[in-house]
Amino acid sequence: MTWLSSSSIGRKVVMSVTGTALVLFLLFHATMNIFSITDALFGVEYYNAICEFLGANWYALIATVGLAFLVVVHIVYAFIISLQNYRARGRERYAVTDRQKEVEWASKNMLVLGVIIVLGIGLHLFNFWAKMQCVELGHMLGCEVDSTALANATNGVLLIKDTFANPVYVVLYLVWLAALWFHLTHGVWSALHTLGWNNNIWMPRVKCIANIISTIVVLMFALVVVFYFCASFCCCGAAC
Amino acid sequence: MEKTINIKVKVWRQAGPKAPGAFETYELKNISTDSSFLEMLDVLNEQLIKERKEPVAFDHDCREGICGMCSLYINGHPHGPDSAVTTCQLHMRKFKDGETITIEPWRSHAFPVIKDLVVDRRAYDKIMQAGGYVSVNTGGVPDANAIPISKVAADEAMDAASCIGCGACAAACKNGSAMLFVAAKVSQLALLPQGKIEAARRAKAMLGKMDELGFGNCTNTGACAAECPKSVSLSHIARLNREFICAKLAD
Repeated sequence: MTWLSSSSIGRKVVMSVTGTALVLFLLFHATMNIFSITDALFGVEYYNAICEFLGANWYALIATVGLAFLVVVHIVYAFIISLQNYRARGRERYAVTDRQKEVEWASKNMLVLGVIIVLGIGLHLFNFWAKMQCVELGHMLGCEVDSTALANATNGVLLIKDTFANPVYVVLYLVWLAALWFHLTHGVWSALHTLGWNNNIWMPRVKCIANIISTIVVLMFALVVVFYFCASFCCCGAAC
Repeated sequence: MEKTINIKVKVWRQAGPKAPGAFETYELKNISTDSSFLEMLDVLNEQLIKERKEPVAFDHDCREGICGMCSLYINGHPHGPDSAVTTCQLHMRKFKDGETITIEPWRSHAFPVIKDLVVDRRAYDKIMQAGGYVSVNTGGVPDANAIPISKVAADEAMDAASCIGCGACAAACKNGSAMLFVAAKVSQLALLPQGKIEAARRAKAMLGKMDELGFGNCTNTGACAAECPKSVSLSHIARLNREFICAKLAD
């Protein structure tokens, strides 16, 4: 299995496989989030039930560790590949460069977009994970935990409402999601291409699939942000 | 009636592989728009020789787009702003009167500059030597139609084989990767029954050599295929990936 780190295609396979797994996680996460909106619209409590289900339970914790592993591998490989590619360009750089119309902007800026996404993940963990699974985990391990924080640890809807009532977070999250959209439009088809699932006929189809998946994922996430931001203005309305 | 233009060319001058290089600007008057880019450089060199200056060194051979020797990075594009042509097929009518044209050598770790605009592209030869061939025993010539090959496979193999190994793909790539070249050379044989026997070994050997020579990791930006003078398709890279991954999984 050394080829996964010693050969260029091997390293790209690692990026593709971890990336694809992360996209599947995003699809799952985004679908789950939609329940926070349907709950508010229909007066049910599925979202908080999911929050409880995915709290500090053994299966959720294993999945969290697995997810963190995927993220770390994806990032470490991204930096290794970028560094090698920087060196491969040679010491002298071109004085004049021009863009090719066939080349997507995102494909040349995957590292920058990735860094924005990581910063967003940091913010997101601080906003939600630190107040949810982390609080429960601290309580289980015997640390002193504020009782209201513990009581609210599985109340995801309340946390979403509080967070997205703040316009600063709304803007930051939307910027983050825009970066994610660009990253995925290239990432999804590029992953399939690297794994060999492409040819002249499938090239436009694979790119179309990538655009559809990234748009669906980002729209589902953005919907929650925008919905709760709007809802914060009409707090006495039926929707809240 | 013949149209002529006056231009300035900003050329990379470098005395040798270790010498520091710099840009020099030269003025050229009355360049025919019907002349090719290399003919314009010939005029420049004639002018330099008359002024008792060192002429600009640049690679060229067949001057009809087959040999893959010409290699200039013109105004930010390998083989210039026109698409699907080599530098020798590029015409001066693609440039405006009064324009300053910047001419640079390929910039890649694996293609070191030898002199001025000439780079050492033996890295591609080394990749070919690693596996870009079929091993056949000499003997009686087999009948041309003894092995049936589908029209689709033959066409695709021919498209891959149109690669002239000029190096524009690696020169255009922001990752300095030679994947399009390696993919074309692997594809032209992997698609045909004669090449299938050694396909797994070939993919591993050629990619291994590419990595060893210091080319970068392909991130599928597609700049290579966009700049390729022979319009070699990006999908050959998917085939190389497939061949390589299958070969490694089979081990």
